[in-house]
Amino acid sequence: MSVNVRIPTILRTYTGGQAEVPAEGATLAEVIESLEKNHPGIAARVLDDQGKLRRFVNVYVNDDDVRFEGGLEAVTPDGAGVSIIPAVAGGC
Amino acid sequence: MAKCAMGKMRRKGLAIMAAQTVATSVDLGPATGLSCRECGTRFELGPIFACVECFGPLEVAYELPTGDPEALRAAIEAGPNNIWRYAPLLPVPADVASKPSLNPGFTKLVDAANLAKELGVTGKLYVKDDSGNPTHSFKDRVVAIAVEAARAFGFTTLSCSSTGNLAGAVGAAAARAGFRSCVFIPHDLEQGKVVMAGVYGGDLVGIEGNYDDVNRFCSELIGDPLGEGWGFVNVNLRPYYGEGSKTLAYEICEQLGWQLPDQIVIPIASGSQLTKIDKGLQELIKLGLVEDKPYKIFGAQAEGCSPVSTAFKAGHDVVRPQKPNTIAKSLAIGNPADGPYVLDIARRTGGFVEDVNDEQVVEAIKILAQTEGIFAETAGGVTVGVTKKLIENGQLDPALTTVVLNTGDGLKTLEAVAADSGQTATIRPSLDAFRAASLA
Repeated sequence: MSVNVRIPTILRTYTGGQAEVPAEGATLAEVIESLEKNHPGIAARVLDDQGKLRRFVNVYVNDDDVRFEGGLEAVTPDGAGVSIIPAVAGGC
Repeated sequence: MAKCAMGKMRRKGLAIMAAQTVATSVDLGPATGLSCRECGTRFELGPIFACVECFGPLEVAYELPTGDPEALRAAIEAGPNNIWRYAPLLPVPADVASKPSLNPGFTKLVDAANLAKELGVTGKLYVKDDSGNPTHSFKDRVVAIAVEAARAFGFTTLSCSSTGNLAGAVGAAAARAGFRSCVFIPHDLEQGKVVMAGVYGGDLVGIEGNYDDVNRFCSELIGDPLGEGWGFVNVNLRPYYGEGSKTLAYEICEQLGWQLPDQIVIPIASGSQLTKIDKGLQELIKLGLVEDKPYKIFGAQAEGCSPVSTAFKAGHDVVRPQKPNTIAKSLAIGNPADGPYVLDIARRTGGFVEDVNDEQVVEAIKILAQTEGIFAETAGGVTVGVTKKLIENGQLDPALTTVVLNTGDGLKTLEAVAADSGQTATIRPSLDAFRAASLA
């Protein structure tokens, strides 16, 4: 499965400044593994020491927050858009 | 091992790079930098909000005044009757009071004796009524601080994701301070909030989705050339913006005669306001402006959007997001950014996080209106309703001094109470008709 991943500004040092990069994988876990192959170091920024999504990272597959869709096991259909977003935004 | 060390070096390098990309010579008064609340990494002052190391939230670090607390108290009391009296404790330049601003704050702390009697409070009960701010919600406080940061960083457009109140506050502040504004809201907000946000002349964009969808959109926009050069008050200016809520803590204590309340009931949307009120109270203690004593912080949510109270009651230290469904739209944030910190603070201070359903919210709006003449928006109904519930379930001590926040004006959420708050009777202009209505 090929997906497009939107990269937040603070991770673009890993992608040579690119805001969107392609990746492969049928689940979010596989997509992150694919990202790591092409952009070494990026997985450790998104995942904590236990390999779980960091507490202040939100990830969406198309319009769905992966926390409602199985987390790292969330399915990433072919052509899906994956967005990685800092969680510490909004509200007051 | 080598790989790990390399990774660590690279991360350090990234942190330094990030620090180098931000402004280094801005004047924001006592603010000295930004610090990650999670891992402690320091950054220069700049329009950044998340840590490059761990994505944690960045907070303003200060060099706060030292010396005689009496002198500082006197200086504050001699200041203007708005939040700028606390300028030495905020990330704003010393001459902030001379700049065009809505000058919010110093709202009434109402001695709510009638409400106390209604709720069975035997101690003192106060309502901090922030509906008295220029755009009728507490958001004017946080926006005023964000405007100063926007000025310092050279932004000319102000923006935000909003549940309504913030959109109005940004629109008004932008108009007054000479910025363009373009704000984003869920498309189905209460009419009062939509009109209030649109009247100031900036762009108002409805997003087809809930607040969390709006927030996600803004977070993506900020990383896109479309949003380049924009100051999003609650995204890239969020570390500064949030500090505005500290002024609620300062005012409450000053209005109580420089004393800490025993208990405070605070609404929770993202949770930022609650964490900043706690920060403000801690600063007052550290500065010697109030006597150090225990206080309890209580959080209030609507049952239809209660991710924090659910986590609190379950004993969890992480907050599982929810999809909101409540009339309290200003609190309808299903994925609250500061939720984990709210849990920490409520537990640390011996407080509690509770929720009430929509019927209880409406009932509480009416109780407050009918006892104190304060017409609160739904968020105020949530805090008063939760206060009632906390007293009933024994979590809140009715014999102590308690402050309940009302953060917005009921005129913005008329729909909540309109169904049964209309005319008592409609009659012909005659005494007979009035007599027949049995209202004399």
